[in-house]
Amino acid sequence: MSDFDLTMPPEAVRPTPQLSRQGFEIRALQSTVLTGLTWLAAVLAAVPLFSVIYLLLAQGGSRLFGSDFVEVITGLPPAGFEMGGGIGPAIVGTLVMVGIASVISIPIGILAAIYLGVLDPHSKMANTSRFLAKVLTGFPSIMAGVFVYAVLVIHWGYSAWAGGIALAVLMLRTVVLAAEEAISQVPQRMKDAAYGMGCTRTQVIWKVVLPTGLPGILTGVLLAVAGAAGESAPLLFTALFSNYFISELSEPTASLSILIFNFSGMPFPNQIELAWTASLVLVLLVLMFNILARLIGQPKV
Amino acid sequence: MNAVAESVFVAQPYQAVGDIIIDCKVDKIFYGDFLAVRDSTVPIEKKKITGFIGPSGCGKSTVLRSLNRMNDLIQVFRFVGSVIYHGQDVYAAKVDPVLVRRYIGMVFQQPNPFSMSIYDNVAFGLRLNRFKGDMDERVQKALERAALWKEVKDKLKNSGLSLSGGQQQRLCIARAIATEPDVLLMDEPCSALDPIATRQVEELMLELKANYTLALVTHNMQQATRVADTTAFFSVDISHGGRTGYLVEMGPTKQIFEDPREQLTKDYISGQFS
Repeated sequence: MSDFDLTMPPEAVRPTPQLSRQGFEIRALQSTVLTGLTWLAAVLAAVPLFSVIYLLLAQGGSRLFGSDFVEVITGLPPAGFEMGGGIGPAIVGTLVMVGIASVISIPIGILAAIYLGVLDPHSKMANTSRFLAKVLTGFPSIMAGVFVYAVLVIHWGYSAWAGGIALAVLMLRTVVLAAEEAISQVPQRMKDAAYGMGCTRTQVIWKVVLPTGLPGILTGVLLAVAGAAGESAPLLFTALFSNYFISELSEPTASLSILIFNFSGMPFPNQIELAWTASLVLVLLVLMFNILARLIGQPKV
Repeated sequence: MNAVAESVFVAQPYQAVGDIIIDCKVDKIFYGDFLAVRDSTVPIEKKKITGFIGPSGCGKSTVLRSLNRMNDLIQVFRFVGSVIYHGQDVYAAKVDPVLVRRYIGMVFQQPNPFSMSIYDNVAFGLRLNRFKGDMDERVQKALERAALWKEVKDKLKNSGLSLSGGQQQRLCIARAIATEPDVLLMDEPCSALDPIATRQVEELMLELKANYTLALVTHNMQQATRVADTTAFFSVDISHGGRTGYLVEMGPTKQIFEDPREQLTKDYISGQFS
């Protein structure tokens, strides 16, 4: 490529070295093309989220953020050819069932993580439990619904309880794995310091391990909550749907995801528009939990 | 070097001049089947600094950590012998190791403040012991004694992890002395510090001696000559394929460094092996 030879004796007249960028060199071209491709891939990865949010804002935004805001958020779903209406029962139902799931899965998940991360990390029991939690990560969510249907719904009917329990099954794995990760990242020297002060094992866990791992644990919990809020398959078999506000936990309960599924298949423009609005509400809810989880952020150590 | 080859070598007992606060007689210390330390009698004198020196793997840290049962956290650890503290054997079956550690505090090799504020770090042990008095006063006193108060008095709410390495180590010392322990064990407290911070911690040790008993493991022989009143020299016996540490000689620091009884001690302090 280069037309000068550095091995020439110094007294020979050398041509002026050519140092400016050679645009058409193969390696320069390769570099440009590959950089461009990675850039393109990075953009493509962001496209789905932005296009979904754009679409939802375009289709459901005017209804949600318009003059009907209060009616949409608090109103009952409209019947057949009725105009107006809202998605109040579905919002409340989703929140109630995610609440039930959180109350069940967060304490169990964190306690399990303490066992896995501090008390006996290498025991057979811990290894088995950790393996099963990881297997559960790839578990189809509809199976959680079918499982709860077979165990509970057949005997006691569709209910918010059943929906919450199905969501809890799905949340548990995320809570356990994230909390264990956060807990096991607490450095041994900090635990040694606590033991050296005369802490019992319980005190070491309560006063040092949990506070130090808290940001990581909260991140995991919020991601689990966000995931559960968006689930639809497990609720199909367990909570079913309702057009009314929930009055007791043992009756069929509305949820945003099932409302979207039901209304989007109806032949009425009002219902279809409400399905878009409900989708927007659901996405905003999930995004809020996700962003909160990121803000609470990484462990401090 | 004959003394090393003979596996039955046992150091001559050190006749302490002052009161003995911890009378440690190690018969054998095992990690699983591995014999880590044998036959070492190390009396710790009250309100003095006892230095533990010796090459790597000689068991000096193991012996130090045996004094407040920190080694109990290692499951395969087994101690044969006695550690008599105020007339009680801390290895007796009825003794709660958690309580032992409240009286015999510890400062570690790596500074290890908790991920909480400077104030909370120092108050940690007081709260643990349900201290009812004036917390602010005790925290200030501990920080002053640890020669850290002037540097942190305006930022007590900042995280303990925001301090420099030397400050963190002095914070750990403040945390350890806030509860007024009887004895302070220091496991190479300066090995992670720069020379200036080392100097500060050493001066601090000499001041603390007025109120506390200190036992110090150090890799640095000059440090032992600067701060220790009594020095115990450990070595490691590799003659039988194992690596068993044992006490070679213990005595006043001046005697150990200027007129050691054992040839092995002489070789070590003159830098012939490490």
